Amino acid sequence: MLKTFLIGIKDVKLAFRDRAAIIFMLLAPFLLTLGMGLVTGRFSGNSSSGISDIPVVIVNLDDGELAEALVDVFYSEDLADLVEPSLGTSPDAARQMVEEDKVAAAIIIPGGFTASIIPPSEMGMIVYVGPRAIEIYANPTRPTSAGIIKSIVDEYLSYVEEGTVSGQTSIFQLMSSGRISPQNAEAAGQAMAERLQNAPNNEQLAITLNSSTADGEEIEFDVLAYLAPGMALMFLMYTVSYGGRSILAEKAQGTLPRLLVSPTNSTQILGGKVFGIYLTGVAQMLILIGATSLLFQLKWGDPLGVVLLVFAAVFGATGWGMIITALARTPAQVGSVGSATMLIFGILGGSFISLDQMPTYIQTISRITPNSWALDGFTTLALGGTLSNLSAPITALLTMGGVLFLASILLFGKKNLVQK
Amino acid sequence: MPTILEVKDLKKNYGDFAAVKGITFDIKEGEIFSLLGPNGAGKTTTISMLSTLYAPTAGDATIAGHSVTKSPMDVRHAIGVVPQDLALYEDLSARENLTFWGQMYGLSGSSLKNRVEEVLGQIGLVDKAKDRVKTYSGGMKRRVNIGVGLLHKPKLLFMDEPTVGIDPQSRRAILDTVKDLNKQGMTVLYTTHYMEEAEELSNRVGIIDHGELIAIGTQKELTRQVGETETLLLHIGENEDPEALISALKGIDGVLEANAINHEISVITHSAADVMAPVVTKANERGIKIHSIDIREPNLEAVFLHLTGRALRD
Ligand SMILES: Nc1ncnc2c1ncn2[C@@H]1O[C@H](COP(=O)(O)OP(=O)(O)OP(=O)(O)O)[C@@H](O)[C@H]1O
Ligand SMILES: [Mg+2]
Repeated sequence: MLKTFLIGIKDVKLAFRDRAAIIFMLLAPFLLTLGMGLVTGRFSGNSSSGISDIPVVIVNLDDGELAEALVDVFYSEDLADLVEPSLGTSPDAARQMVEEDKVAAAIIIPGGFTASIIPPSEMGMIVYVGPRAIEIYANPTRPTSAGIIKSIVDEYLSYVEEGTVSGQTSIFQLMSSGRISPQNAEAAGQAMAERLQNAPNNEQLAITLNSSTADGEEIEFDVLAYLAPGMALMFLMYTVSYGGRSILAEKAQGTLPRLLVSPTNSTQILGGKVFGIYLTGVAQMLILIGATSLLFQLKWGDPLGVVLLVFAAVFGATGWGMIITALARTPAQVGSVGSATMLIFGILGGSFISLDQMPTYIQTISRITPNSWALDGFTTLALGGTLSNLSAPITALLTMGGVLFLASILLFGKKNLVQK
Repeated sequence: MPTILEVKDLKKNYGDFAAVKGITFDIKEGEIFSLLGPNGAGKTTTISMLSTLYAPTAGDATIAGHSVTKSPMDVRHAIGVVPQDLALYEDLSARENLTFWGQMYGLSGSSLKNRVEEVLGQIGLVDKAKDRVKTYSGGMKRRVNIGVGLLHKPKLLFMDEPTVGIDPQSRRAILDTVKDLNKQGMTVLYTTHYMEEAEELSNRVGIIDHGELIAIGTQKELTRQVGETETLLLHIGENEDPEALISALKGIDGVLEANAINHEISVITHSAADVMAPVVTKANERGIKIHSIDIREPNLEAVFLHLTGRALRD
C-alpha cells in the first residue's frame, strides 16, 4: 500500500517535471480556453458564442410594453445569429415543443407582466400587483443553449428591474426607447416611487425569473463555463495516455524490471502506476479549475460537486488510458493512439462544438467518452446545480472507469507485462 | 566459508532458442565471482533468472537458503542488482533516485536518509546529488546505477557488466568500489567480457560461452588448463591477410595454437623463445610485415582461446 503510494507520487513528480507534459496538461488547455473565450467574445462582454441559431419559442400572454420589448430583443439584429425565435400562443404547446426537443427553451410571459412592474394608472389609483414571473421552460438535453436563453432574459429583466428601483433614469430610458409614451411617464414614475415606499423590503420588489429545466434545475450561463471544462477534459485524455505510456516506457528504460527484482510485487507496481496517473489527472484538473477561477473569474459552481466530479471524471479517463496501454505494444503506440483518442473524444465529447448542435446519433455515441458525461456535469454545476444533480454523470463515469479497468487488467494479464 | 549461492542445472529458452543450457556453480560468502564471456554468452539471462526477473525454463538456484523459483520475495530481500543497462529516472536527481529505490527496498525515515547520504559518498556524487540524472556524464550515471543496488546492504550483489562504455577513469573508480564493497563483506557476482577485470577482481571465474559454463575455478586453476604456455602476439599491417599465415604457423614445431584477432595474431606455445625465429621466417616467406611482437604470460584470454578456438573480444 505504502509502496503503491510512493510509486504514484514519484510519477506525479516526473509528470510535472516534464516540460512537454506541462505544455499539454496545463498550458494548452488554458490557452485554448483563453483563445476560444476571446473568439466568442466572453472577455468583451459580447454575448455571441460558438453556438448559433438556438431555437426558442416565445409565448406572450401579456399585451404590455415590457413584454413587447422582450420579444423585440429576441428578434433584434444583435441576436439574429444567436437565436432562432418563433412565437407561440399556447404555453402547453410551447412546453410540448421543449419535451419533443424541437426547441432549446420556451419563454412564457404571463398576462399582466408589464402591469406588475409599471401599474396602469388610468383609473387614477395605483394597484399594487406582485411581480409576475416569466417562465423559462428549458430543455435539459441542451443545457448550454437553454442557459444562453436564460441569460438573455435575465439581462433584460435586470435592466428593467434597475429601472424600477432607480426611478427616473430608467423611466427616461424606457421612454427614449419608445417603450413608454411621455404621457404615461409621470404616472409610471409615481407608481414606482409608491411601490418603493410600500414595499416591505426590496427583495419583494425583485422581478423573479421562474426558470427551470424539465428536471427543475436553475440555469445561468457563462460561455467559459462550457469551454474551460471542455478543454480541460480533452487534455485530461492527454494526461492519462501520457501516464499509460510511462508504464511501457518504464519497461523499456529498465526501471520496471528493476522494480520487479526489488521486494515489490507486480500488483503494487501496477497499482502505483495507475495511482500516479490518477493523481496527475486530478492535479491537472484542479490546477486548471483554480487558474480559470482566479484569472477569468469563472464560477465552476458548488465546490464539493466540482471536486467529486473531477474525481469521477479522472477515474473514467484513467480507465481509457489503461485500456489503450494494455492494447498497445510500445510507448510510441500509446502516444499516437492516445493523441488520436484525445482529439476524437474532444470532438465527440463536445469540447469544440456543443453536443446540442450535433445529430442525435452522435450525441448517443458521445456517451462512450468521459468528456461528454463530465462536461454535462460541469455545465450543470456552472448553472447552479449541486452534487445532488450529478448522480447521472458520476455514476456513468465510475461505471465506465470500472469496466475499463477490469478489461485492461485482463488484457495486462494476457500480455504478461512483467514476467518473461 | 558457507555457500551463499547455489545454481543447479539452470536453463533458459527464449522460444526455441536455448540462451542458457544448464549451468551449475556456486558462490561462497565473501567471494567475488566473475562470469566471463563474450556478447550473447548468456550472462544477463543468467543474472535475470538469479534475480527472479525471469522464471528459469528448468533448474533452480538457492540464494541465502531461498529458492529463486519458490520464494522469490525472500531472494529479493537478500540481493542487490546492478543491471547492465542503466535503470534510473533521468528526471530525478541522484538523491531522489536513491531515496525512491531505498523506499522500494523498505527503507524509511532517518535510516533511509542516512543510508542515501552514505551511498552518495561511496559513489562520489555528494556534490552533484541535487542535479537531475539526465545532466550527468555516462560514468556518473553508471555510478548512480550501482548506488541503487547497494542501498539495502544486500548480502549478495549482482553486477552485470557495470563498466561497459565508460572512460578509463570511471572504470577504475568502479573497480575500486567493487573491491571496497567486497572488503566490507559483500559477496559479488560480477559479469564481464573484459578478461582484465575478471583477473583483477575475482577470487574465482566461470567462463561462459553459448549458454554453457565451459570452465570454472581460480585464475591459476584455469590457466593451468592451458598448460605451461606463453602467448606471442604479432601485430601485422591492416591490409595483410593473416589466414594463410596462420595455417603455416600451426605447422611449426612447438606451436600449440594460432589465431587471428583483427590485426593481431596470437600464437600459443610452450616456449616463446624457441618459436620466435621460425614464426618471423614464415611471415617473411609470405611477405607479411610484422610491426611488433609481444610475449604474454598465460591469461584468461588464452584460456578462452584454448577452450573455444575464438577470441573473447568481438
Ligand atoms: N528477451 C529475449 N528474447 C529472445 N532472445 C534473447 C532475449 N534476451 C536475450 N536473448 C538472446 O539470448 C542470448 C543470450 O543473451 P544475454 O543477454 O544473456 O547475453 P550476455 O552474455 O548478457 O551478452 P552481452 O555481453 O551482450 O550483454 C543472446 O543470443 C540473445 O540474443
Ligand atoms: Mg548482458
